[in-house]
Amino acid sequence: MNEHTNLLEIKDLTVHYVTVDGTVHAVENLNLTLPEGKTLGLVGETGAGKTTTVKAIMQILPDPPAKILTGEVIFCGEDLLKKNKKSMRKIRGKQISMIFQDPMTSLNPVITVGEQIMEVIRLHDKKISKKDAYTKACEMLELVGIKADRAGDYPHQFSGGMKQRVIIAMALACNPRLLIADEPTTALDVTIQAQVLELMRKLKAKYQTSMIMITHDLGIVAEICDYVAVMYAGEIVEYGNREQLFHRPSHPYTKGLFACIPNLMEEETTLIPIEGMTPDPTNLPTGCRFHPRCPYATEECSKTNPASKEIENGHHVKCLHI
Amino acid sequence: MEKTKDLTSSSEAGSIKKRSQVKEVWRRFCRNKQAMVGMCMLLLLIFAAIFADIIAPYDPVEQDIINRLKPPSSAHWFGTDELGRDIFSRILYGSRISLTVGLIAVGLSSIVGCALGAIAGYYGGVLDNIIMRCTDVLMAIPSILLNISIVAALGTGLQNVMIAIGISSVPAYCRIMRASLLSLKEQEFVDASRAAGASDVHIIIHHILPNSLAPLIVQATLKIGGAILSCASMSFIGLGIVPPTPEWGAMLSTGRDFLRDAPHLTAFPGMAIMFAVFAMNLMGDGLRDALDPKLKN
Repeated sequence: MNEHTNLLEIKDLTVHYVTVDGTVHAVENLNLTLPEGKTLGLVGETGAGKTTTVKAIMQILPDPPAKILTGEVIFCGEDLLKKNKKSMRKIRGKQISMIFQDPMTSLNPVITVGEQIMEVIRLHDKKISKKDAYTKACEMLELVGIKADRAGDYPHQFSGGMKQRVIIAMALACNPRLLIADEPTTALDVTIQAQVLELMRKLKAKYQTSMIMITHDLGIVAEICDYVAVMYAGEIVEYGNREQLFHRPSHPYTKGLFACIPNLMEEETTLIPIEGMTPDPTNLPTGCRFHPRCPYATEECSKTNPASKEIENGHHVKCLHI
Repeated sequence: MEKTKDLTSSSEAGSIKKRSQVKEVWRRFCRNKQAMVGMCMLLLLIFAAIFADIIAPYDPVEQDIINRLKPPSSAHWFGTDELGRDIFSRILYGSRISLTVGLIAVGLSSIVGCALGAIAGYYGGVLDNIIMRCTDVLMAIPSILLNISIVAALGTGLQNVMIAIGISSVPAYCRIMRASLLSLKEQEFVDASRAAGASDVHIIIHHILPNSLAPLIVQATLKIGGAILSCASMSFIGLGIVPPTPEWGAMLSTGRDFLRDAPHLTAFPGMAIMFAVFAMNLMGDGLRDALDPKLKN
């Protein structure tokens, strides 16, 4: 479906959380592709399964309760789900690395930031000497705009935006081919958000890294992503490149999301929210998962779960009425 | 070239900053008068243990029947026991045994306890259940009873006493470690480290252990006093260190027969035990205050 070679291909991924209160259908039959060197935005409400999806790629889901039931995660031609623990560890951090949502808690409070960056380097390069690793760590810090002489500082001595920079430095320390950013700017204020995004875009271009960006914010998607996947209740309801999705949103849910954004050009008094709440993931509606909230829902929507349809080149929509 | 120079100077800056955090704890510790008293008492004990050969005026096992049961005098500062041995010298030598038992028993139990607690807390599930139920069983048995049965099974002697005391205080460390693991393993930095490709062992040792060190240090310091006391009580009931080795508990035990005529036989070893335990407790409390970030400034 794409002219580029795909770095990552997810096929039929299903992840459930098995708990005493019932099975949570976190991700269901998910298909996703990411071409080499591109950025994919994963958009959706809280609980749509975005984080579960990327954690399944990394295989850092807590097991129990998480169970990957079916699917393949093909990264550079190899199925990651078939890899054993040891070879997976070599991929994490080296080939695929991840930036977490909250910079306040994703750094270890009792270790200096320099050592934390060194740790990633040394985990994947056993031969490197401590001194070289330290030099490399300092270079990484400089790269994200932090003075190297702060390598000996502890995380609490940095501001939130700087911590996120440190985390970006850690994530890029081993030149990964794929960078997963799980809402990297949610915990930051708007000016710092812009700085961090700019930095990520710059470094991504410099290192030729592909990226998956999880976000709630369609503004960030418009700014940084090449492809967009909209997730709803564990499924991808619409997938396409940025232009297709922003100019011709086709799924009722995507349309609803755009209707919630105030338009600067027009005079708008009220926004149109999507009615209702995300469904309880232990008790999902039958048929199309969005039908209870969908303004266009018909009788048939509650019966059949629509298959994904390609409405134009590379633009997939999961709706009966398209 | 200039860059490397820059980096070395920054690495120095780093180590200075790092030291300053230890310094910070030390500063807070120093401000606590009780803790300082405790530390001075402990230093005195350590000094006595190391230089017992030089300080002690007599051989601790040399008998002098003519001068038996003598009250304290200028020749025998703490008097003599039922065989005419100098009590002061025996207490000095006894501090060696008490400190050894305290340190080794606590070291043993903290290492075993932490490892078990870390496994239980990190992996959870069945393994957690097995380990924690075993520690529950150990905790249900009074520690002195447990010590007695272990020593009865292994035989008396310094080594077995240390093992017994060590085993009986494993559950406490196990619980502390498990509790801090349960809260720490949910932290995002643990996830982040896993996402960076770290193994479980690496995560536990490099990320979780340093974060849970403070309560462990406090527990260990307080437990050294407890271990010294346990060792003395084991010797008191005749299951610990065998005579003629000078040991405070054993000295108490033999002195008991002369309690009415020569109270100094029991008074001085008793005071020595109290001194050691008191020192450890004062230090433990001080360390807890110094390491608790909530009490900063």
